[in-house]
Amino acid sequence: MFGMLKPILKNWFGKPATRMYPFEKREAFENARGQLEIDIDNCIFCGICQRKCPSTCLNVDKANAKWELDPYNCVICGVCVEACPKKCLHLNKNFRTAAYVKEPQASIGKPPVVKKPAAPEAQA
Amino acid sequence: MGERRTVIPFGPQHPVLPEPIQLKLVIEDEKVVEALPQIGYVHRGLERLVKVRDFHQMVFVAERICGICSFQHAMTYCLGIERLMNIEVPERADYLRVIWSELHRVHSHLLWLGLLADAFGFESLFMETWKIREAVVDMMEATAGSRVIISTCQVGGVRRDISPEMLQAILKLADRIEREVKAIENSIVNDYTVKERTVGIGVINKEQAWKLGMAGPMLRGSGVKWDARMLGYAGYKYLNFEPVVETAGDCYARTLVRFREIFVALDLLRQAVAKIPQGEINVPVKGNPTGEVMVQVEQPRGEVTYTLKANGTKNLERMHVRTPTFANIPAFLTMLPGCELADVPVLALTIDPCISCTER
Repeated sequence: MFGMLKPILKNWFGKPATRMYPFEKREAFENARGQLEIDIDNCIFCGICQRKCPSTCLNVDKANAKWELDPYNCVICGVCVEACPKKCLHLNKNFRTAAYVKEPQASIGKPPVVKKPAAPEAQA
Repeated sequence: MGERRTVIPFGPQHPVLPEPIQLKLVIEDEKVVEALPQIGYVHRGLERLVKVRDFHQMVFVAERICGICSFQHAMTYCLGIERLMNIEVPERADYLRVIWSELHRVHSHLLWLGLLADAFGFESLFMETWKIREAVVDMMEATAGSRVIISTCQVGGVRRDISPEMLQAILKLADRIEREVKAIENSIVNDYTVKERTVGIGVINKEQAWKLGMAGPMLRGSGVKWDARMLGYAGYKYLNFEPVVETAGDCYARTLVRFREIFVALDLLRQAVAKIPQGEINVPVKGNPTGEVMVQVEQPRGEVTYTLKANGTKNLERMHVRTPTFANIPAFLTMLPGCELADVPVLALTIDPCISCTER
């Protein structure tokens, strides 16, 4: 009946198991998947991330050079990060905080330069 | 209906229920005469998503069927697709799958122990078990990047490797959990309060258990030695373990089975860390699956069965999931008639209900 007495006494006189959260924050783990971020200058708007995303939270508009993320729909699986050919997507280890307005966030980059086809003489 | 009978709705919102299920309890004085279940509060239509998500994306959908045994859901789905496509998974990936599966089992059983303690009002035991569980969840974040839904399984292997330092940390964690769980063993196994609330309550004998199609710790608590891990999927074929079996078939026996399974899971973790080979963690997957397959995997709550039907396109034709809680609901309804109203929360907890799993 008194089996819990030892742990209870230990808890009374030991350190608290919880943290005073808003004042004392826990450091995120090294490999933690917190939130998705893009280095928009390197993006070529190929749209592979959009096709691979299991939660359909990405929207890539090549014509307007717009990369749109709905962070409140994103499940932070990291599939897009692995699929990106330019490695311009990465995961921040700090988790996303609460928000009043939950809207997709758009990043506007430079439209990719379309290479002109080489002249026929050069090919020959 | 007799004069002295009353119908009491138990749920869908009830302090002991982690998830919504309604039971209409027909009671006579304080005794339950009949129980009528009503499910469907958390149906999300995840199985139908095979029509719109391709078979690689479905891994993450399967994972979200359940929060607590998420890795095993993803693994079962991947095992099925790999069997359809004849993919040979690297040995290291098999071991990593075992490590994450057993971490999930430890944290699920500790969570369940806490909920059971909460159901009969043993609050300090509830907090103690959840305090121990926190270290396991932290380990999952450190190794996989997320606390519960870890998204590390993929068709053809796993997505993340565990470094040798983290493997050593897992060994240390296993020792720590064993020490801490042993410290509270006496207050679960030999406690007067716990025994008073669980011994002889909701007895299901071996024949009934088999006939009702029970699964997991419920089945083993009734004396049937069956654990899907004995089939040797993933890395279990390289490891030795003995399923925990109790014969009493009451709530106490089920509690003991789950409690002892924590130690079996820790032992499997140690074996896996000791034997894990070096090498690749996944193989490239080309083409689309064809055919039909059924896979069984032992989750913390029991045996889950995935039936997959593919037609050579990137979308599967059908995915059907039979979860352990679904298998245990008939047994639950058999246990209820004849019990006291005050025992209903304890009985509801001993089936370890996961309603989100059941309703998908």
